[in-house]
Amino acid sequence: MSQRIPVVELSSRDLKRNARQALGDSQLRGNMRSAMDSLMAKRLASMPDEYEREHLREMGNHVRARALSKLPELLERLEANLTRNGVKVHWAETVDEANTIVLAIAQAHQARQVIKGKSMVSEEMEMNHFLEGHGIEALESDMGEYIIQLDHEKPTHIIMPAIHKNARQVGSLFRDTLGIDYTEDVDTLIQTGRRVLREKFFAADIGVSGVNFAVAETGTLLLVENEGNGRMSTGVPPVHIAVTGIEKVVENLRDVVPLLSLLTRSALGQGITTYVNMISGPRRADELDGPQEVHLVLLDNGRSQAFADGELRQTLNCIRCGACMNHCPVYTRIGGQAYGTVYPGPIGKIISPHLMGLENTPDHPSASSLCGACGEVCPVKIPIPALLRRLREENIKKPDDPHRVMRGQGSKYSATERLVWQGWRLLNTSPLLYRLFGFFATRLRSLTPNIGPWAQNHAAPKPAARSLHELAKQHLEGK
Amino acid sequence: MSAKANILAKLRNSLAGTQPLVDDFDEALVSEPWRYAPEQRVPRLRQLMEAVHTETHLTTLADWPALLERLLTEKQLGSLLIAPSTPWGAQLAEHFAGRSDAPHLKAYDRPVEEWKAELFNDTPASLTGTLGAIAATGSLILWPTREEPRLMSLVPPVHFAILKASEVYDNFYEVQQQQQWAGGMPTNALLVSGPSKTADIEQVLAYGAHGPKDLIVLILEDA
Amino acid sequence: MSDLFYDAAPNATRVAPPLPTPRQYPAKPQQVYLFGTCVVDLFFPEAGLDAIRLLEREGLRVHFPQEQTCCGQPAYTSGYTEEARKVARAQLALFANDWPVVVPSGSCAGMLRHHYPELFKDEPETLAQVKALAERTFELAEFLLHVCQVELQDQGEPVQVALHTSCSARREMNTHLHGRALLAQLQRVERVEHDHESECCGFGGTFSVRMPDISGAMVRDKTRALQDSGAAQVISADCGCLMNINGSLELQDSPLRGQHLASFLWQRTGGRP
Repeated sequence: MSQRIPVVELSSRDLKRNARQALGDSQLRGNMRSAMDSLMAKRLASMPDEYEREHLREMGNHVRARALSKLPELLERLEANLTRNGVKVHWAETVDEANTIVLAIAQAHQARQVIKGKSMVSEEMEMNHFLEGHGIEALESDMGEYIIQLDHEKPTHIIMPAIHKNARQVGSLFRDTLGIDYTEDVDTLIQTGRRVLREKFFAADIGVSGVNFAVAETGTLLLVENEGNGRMSTGVPPVHIAVTGIEKVVENLRDVVPLLSLLTRSALGQGITTYVNMISGPRRADELDGPQEVHLVLLDNGRSQAFADGELRQTLNCIRCGACMNHCPVYTRIGGQAYGTVYPGPIGKIISPHLMGLENTPDHPSASSLCGACGEVCPVKIPIPALLRRLREENIKKPDDPHRVMRGQGSKYSATERLVWQGWRLLNTSPLLYRLFGFFATRLRSLTPNIGPWAQNHAAPKPAARSLHELAKQHLEGK
Repeated sequence: MSAKANILAKLRNSLAGTQPLVDDFDEALVSEPWRYAPEQRVPRLRQLMEAVHTETHLTTLADWPALLERLLTEKQLGSLLIAPSTPWGAQLAEHFAGRSDAPHLKAYDRPVEEWKAELFNDTPASLTGTLGAIAATGSLILWPTREEPRLMSLVPPVHFAILKASEVYDNFYEVQQQQQWAGGMPTNALLVSGPSKTADIEQVLAYGAHGPKDLIVLILEDA
Repeated sequence: MSDLFYDAAPNATRVAPPLPTPRQYPAKPQQVYLFGTCVVDLFFPEAGLDAIRLLEREGLRVHFPQEQTCCGQPAYTSGYTEEARKVARAQLALFANDWPVVVPSGSCAGMLRHHYPELFKDEPETLAQVKALAERTFELAEFLLHVCQVELQDQGEPVQVALHTSCSARREMNTHLHGRALLAQLQRVERVEHDHESECCGFGGTFSVRMPDISGAMVRDKTRALQDSGAAQVISADCGCLMNINGSLELQDSPLRGQHLASFLWQRTGGRP
């Protein structure tokens, strides 16, 4: 048997339980730590000039914010220009609608095999599962995605889906599933994947991809990748279907220049990826290859909810680089699968509640120390800690609060907890009460309880013998 | 209401009473840090491309066919996919004309459907031109055409690319402006910065993931 | 475009606040307020007292309003914004004079300086007062270094120390730089780096009790790094982190402990505990 890690059940959305399991997996902890350390170092090495880095991040923020500030207009312009270029544009409010659109295209071509380039939106849609339910094979072709698909897992990272596995584990997996001799040699493993997947590219009826940036000005879909599977998926099969979120549009072709540079450096520490693939239409009458049809599916799936609020809208700045994950002390320790969401890590904690509702992600906003490492590296300056705090606020609202902001708001409402905070407020707004509390807490300090969750990691806390209020008064008196 | 109408209505409603943000795109920020003296462009390009396992060669307009012949021999490549109607294809065909030891030069001259199996299984190398390159990132610019279709630079395991030294630009922004990309994009435009690679297993770099395993750039210094 | 985000209409598309410019420091005043913070008040009062002594030694008259309580941060980060606002409001009137407010905790200083304006964004009159308060709020190390321009005379034995800086202090107040600069003035104190120094210790206020498994893994990694650093002592300018780190070290029966920067500086420079 291959060593399957982590053992987190994919159906579980209980972040706390998943986290506990993941934390106990020393192999996972070790794999993640070394991978994240390396990604952090590579990012920084690719952005050594602080002036350039910080000003480019600001520019990335402005480019994305400008696109969002005229999003409806840009989406219409994108559709008009893509249509003019011969691309068919589809709109879907839900993942069900998006899957239905993809299925209809597949059925119109009697498709039996779909080959996929990397697409997180297709993960949102659970497209593979859906298509297989209709007798259509959907195979991942990104090496990392292919590995985890073989192991029936979900991606642990949005850029490096199989980052939690080491070569030994992949070697066992390939031996068991592909029938090759066991090897830990990465080159051999990759060449095995290449051989198997080349046959699939050759035979596929449809290629599916995501989109990194959709350019309204020219009607261009831009994809970045290192492997070439994205070019294969979008260039070899007779039909190409791109799926993307409605927020991915940018206004002008020049806008991709700063975003591209930020994306590849933040994600991988690379000045550019091996391939930047700009698709502006299907094969023309006088061309000899390329898909005969190109489709773009624009998916909402909760994004318009985030868009409705000026603060939460910033969530949609994201260009999916994964830097927030690489720098997150929580993600580094529990890995991506423990989140039980398509998007893990800090960005996952602020986008998933919009895609799935807070009722399905109740612990996600709280699973952060708000250390701010994510916000510090975000190439488009999403204030992730501030948005986590905001989601906490939405999460503890009274369920009948008339101000509706998001699906599942109030999922963590607790009358008891609210009462505790009201008591805390009373204490801290009544100086006399506060000093009385301080007086007794210091005099009775040996009786301080070590409450359960704190006691799990700490010796009992012990207040000082006298509070600063008392010491300062004594010290400053008569001065 | 259609999905499109619903989505756009929601977005418009959310923006009610707000103004679009002004376009404050800072050209200097995406170009100034990425400018090079003319004599530095080719060395920088080579350095960056070689760092990711690209093979580069300095040659001339007259000599490159002989260099290519030598490389084909060294790499034991018995056939090469070319575009005979381009100047490069024509020059190479002329170079090998009438020779019994010439490699098999094939043309991508019919729709891919008619010879897909041969392209995938029996085409070990290809030769294409480029629209120049970018010194900042070490990237070749390719706009596939009828003569050099998009799979020509992707499917064969070895890709030879010809680059005129005079067409090495400083940065991507400059390329977009000087070549007026926004005025009209081809069905497919590419930046290629090395052979195909992946680091998906333990972050160990492996070349030849799905695309070419070898990328060889012939830089024509006098062109 | 350059307006701060909290001035924008609620449904306007926001841009990031402008890039920070280096803080301009005032001349040394004659009087200052000390905002002690609730954790210092109950758990590290000697650190607050040492902060007062350090300021007094620089010739300042220190005022400690007895009505002060908590900055409101625990409720704010937990999402109980209204409760946080009420507690914050109770502090506002206590610092009425135009004197600097010195805070011996980077995260609480950051609360006053960066989050109070957000809390009171919808109350124009209060906001003006809050912004003025934010403008004269300083973290202790920053104040000693840049306003007092302190020159410390080390009188202790040679020692190796590790410096831990709270995340919000680091990212909102640059406290790590100030702490390093102050320690560098002490001739016989060697500051040693520890592994993943900039990483969070796992405290995060209520995070430490809401997510004890994850928080525990973080503090164990942090305390291991501190112990492996060879430091004889841990120094921090944030008592939340110190409670977390010391509580974990004590549970592990480690002899290593963390001390507040104010107390360390005071004792190294001849001050009596």
